[in-house]
Amino acid sequence: MENSTSITSEIITNDLLPQKFGKLGMIWTGVLIAFCLVGAFAYYLQLKNCLSVTAMRDYVSWGIYISNFVFFVAISLVGSLITAVFRLANVKWSTPLTRIAEIIAVSAILFASLIIIVDMGRPERLFNLFLYGRLKSPIMWDVIVIGTYLFLSLLLLYFPLLPDLKILMGSRKGSTKKYNKLYHFLGSFWKGGRLQNMLNKRAVNVLCVTIIPVAFCIHTVTSWLFATTYRPGWDSTNFGAYFISGAFLVGAGGVLIAMYIFRKAYNLEKYITEKHFDKMGRIVVLLALLYLYFNVNEYLVPAFKMKKSEDAHLTQLFAGDYAPIFWFAILAGMIIPILILIFKKGRKPLPALIAGILVVVGAWFKRYLIVTPTLLHPFLPMTDVPENYKHYFPSWQEWAIAMGSLAGALLIITFFARVFPIIPIQETINEQHETTAK
Amino acid sequence: MKNNDTSRREFLTAALMAGIAGGCSSNNTFRPGEDQIIPSGEMVKLLSVDGEIIEVDKAFLKPIPELPPITNSEERIGIEGKKFVMVIDLSRCKNVGACKSECNHAHHLNPGQNWIKIHAMQEAEHTAPYWEPATCMHCDEPPCVKVCPVDATFKRMDGIVLIDSDRCIGCRFCMAACPYSTRVFNWQEPVAEKEIATQHYSCETSVPQKIGTVSKCDFCPDMARKGELPHCVSACPNGVFFFGDMNEDSVTNGAETFRFSDLIKDKAGYRLMEDLGTKPRVYYLPPVNRNFPFETGLKTDTIEKNNAK
Ligand code: SF4
Ligand code: SF4
Repeated sequence: MENSTSITSEIITNDLLPQKFGKLGMIWTGVLIAFCLVGAFAYYLQLKNCLSVTAMRDYVSWGIYISNFVFFVAISLVGSLITAVFRLANVKWSTPLTRIAEIIAVSAILFASLIIIVDMGRPERLFNLFLYGRLKSPIMWDVIVIGTYLFLSLLLLYFPLLPDLKILMGSRKGSTKKYNKLYHFLGSFWKGGRLQNMLNKRAVNVLCVTIIPVAFCIHTVTSWLFATTYRPGWDSTNFGAYFISGAFLVGAGGVLIAMYIFRKAYNLEKYITEKHFDKMGRIVVLLALLYLYFNVNEYLVPAFKMKKSEDAHLTQLFAGDYAPIFWFAILAGMIIPILILIFKKGRKPLPALIAGILVVVGAWFKRYLIVTPTLLHPFLPMTDVPENYKHYFPSWQEWAIAMGSLAGALLIITFFARVFPIIPIQETINEQHETTAK
Repeated sequence: MKNNDTSRREFLTAALMAGIAGGCSSNNTFRPGEDQIIPSGEMVKLLSVDGEIIEVDKAFLKPIPELPPITNSEERIGIEGKKFVMVIDLSRCKNVGACKSECNHAHHLNPGQNWIKIHAMQEAEHTAPYWEPATCMHCDEPPCVKVCPVDATFKRMDGIVLIDSDRCIGCRFCMAACPYSTRVFNWQEPVAEKEIATQHYSCETSVPQKIGTVSKCDFCPDMARKGELPHCVSACPNGVFFFGDMNEDSVTNGAETFRFSDLIKDKAGYRLMEDLGTKPRVYYLPPVNRNFPFETGLKTDTIEKNNAK
């Protein structure tokens, strides 16, 4: 048996080993780094002049930093969906996608934590959370669950990586040679014996079981940052489920994009097949329908009643200043992707990529709509404040920092794929074994 | 006030009062030099700092200009035995804005910041417009306190909600949570004279403002400790604001004093957004039988002053 598959194993290994950046990869990385640098410069300005460089003021006291935070938390949920849920359900076809999903999760949750620090008026007092933390505050719940989720996600990325590290260390290919020290540091204890393999498998199973409730928590608690206030548009008992369904959708959309790009960039057509796009496409349709359902609940029911406090808010969304973004988010973020992916032809790689992009972009604007318009409709009129307090449009520094953080998350994913195999090698080999053995 | 014996006795009593219960408003016209103190022979018993009873000649008692600063933990507990309450009589307000400018001045607020906001209100198209000054409601179930992750905003035994700007991390969750939109953020380095800016921050005076932290109306507990009224109350020429203690069941605007419970009952007092369950400590008297028509408050100069950057 060892003999019959040794060739395939070699080919697989060879195909999946990390590769050097091509010309496009270089440009891509350069652009991302440029975005990050501009963002870092903007943050330097913000540190110097505090939040006055933003367009946030007393009424709109949360802006795109917070919507970006919600976006990151949302997209990070995908790690648990693809890795944990599918693993536990014994869904085999998702194996090549697990690591993609997990690294998206890790980098997104990392930048979620960073952007929330960026939003603080006194970032240097972060330690106060530990000195004086009050468990009654939803922010503390968020700190706890996000910390836990980051930790579990890192482990869930790391454990399945161990067998691959061994392969990497054994490889003679030039593209991985210079990282040998890193591989040794991370995985030199891994011998791949029966006991180790069993322990690892168990650990991954335990992680999968624990990470699902934690994943639900991170986004539910994040939704409670809004739902625990009285504001129209936030004061909803529906918010936890609404946020989670949206999170699964944007995460799945993100995976569609990543699948397409990695497939193209690393010539992985053999591993990420059209079948994968087909299956992921179906999942996105399901999730988009679910999210649409929650949106109908979230907007139609209050709109039916049109309470005075909700009226101004909803009118502004449906037909006012925010109507273009609102309808864009609904159409591009949900309806058009459904229409594309519902057809078999739409689930081919290219249309699936387009649908994925629409989902993710729509989702970003959706988060913006959840945060900002509500704050423009306080219960008491906006009085005794300068005129510019009554509107909100992000300043260039805010844009730069927000875009920089998105670029940063992508950069982590890019570097990860440069250093580690983005598709699990050992697992793919094992699966190959199983299929040939049958 | 000349140097005769009776006035000196009066003054001494008043000075002692300032230390004990407050309520002293006499100025120090009497400033004896060290050498001028002549023992009066009249002794008073005092409790020393280490708990001994000592006797001192009355002539040696000096008024304390400012009460010694209190610690942060004392500031967090509040003034014992008090339950502060405010009543705002909407029938008297004509948007003069003296409350606001006095408050801004006393707390060294920056341009664009107002702790008191005077809303032009009209419930519905055909109902009467009126002016509604709004402070922090010092809610008994304060949403802002519930959400603060570091206990930087807190509720005291005497009912006051304060902010510890030395602890606030600037997350602004409290601003989102407060339904009365009363909170103000220091988006940039607050401008203040050097003596003010270098002071040690006190939760009770809310001075000096700190960059990247939140601030709001504090009910002037520093004034209460001195036995004086909050700045807005004494500044309003129309006596709109009444301040007092629920335990004593009395409120005053400086000129008139009412039994709090009677006032609320007789004038049908109410609180803002009762349905949210925040239980404000600020009560409003409805704008009926008004002293001024609404329009008098619309005079452009007042509006300009109020909207000044
Ligand atoms: S009015 Fe707002 S800031 Fe004041 S105690 Fe109530 S919730 Fe807190
Ligand atoms: S801004 Fe300051 S006072 Fe308000 S919730 Fe955050 S830490 Fe507490």
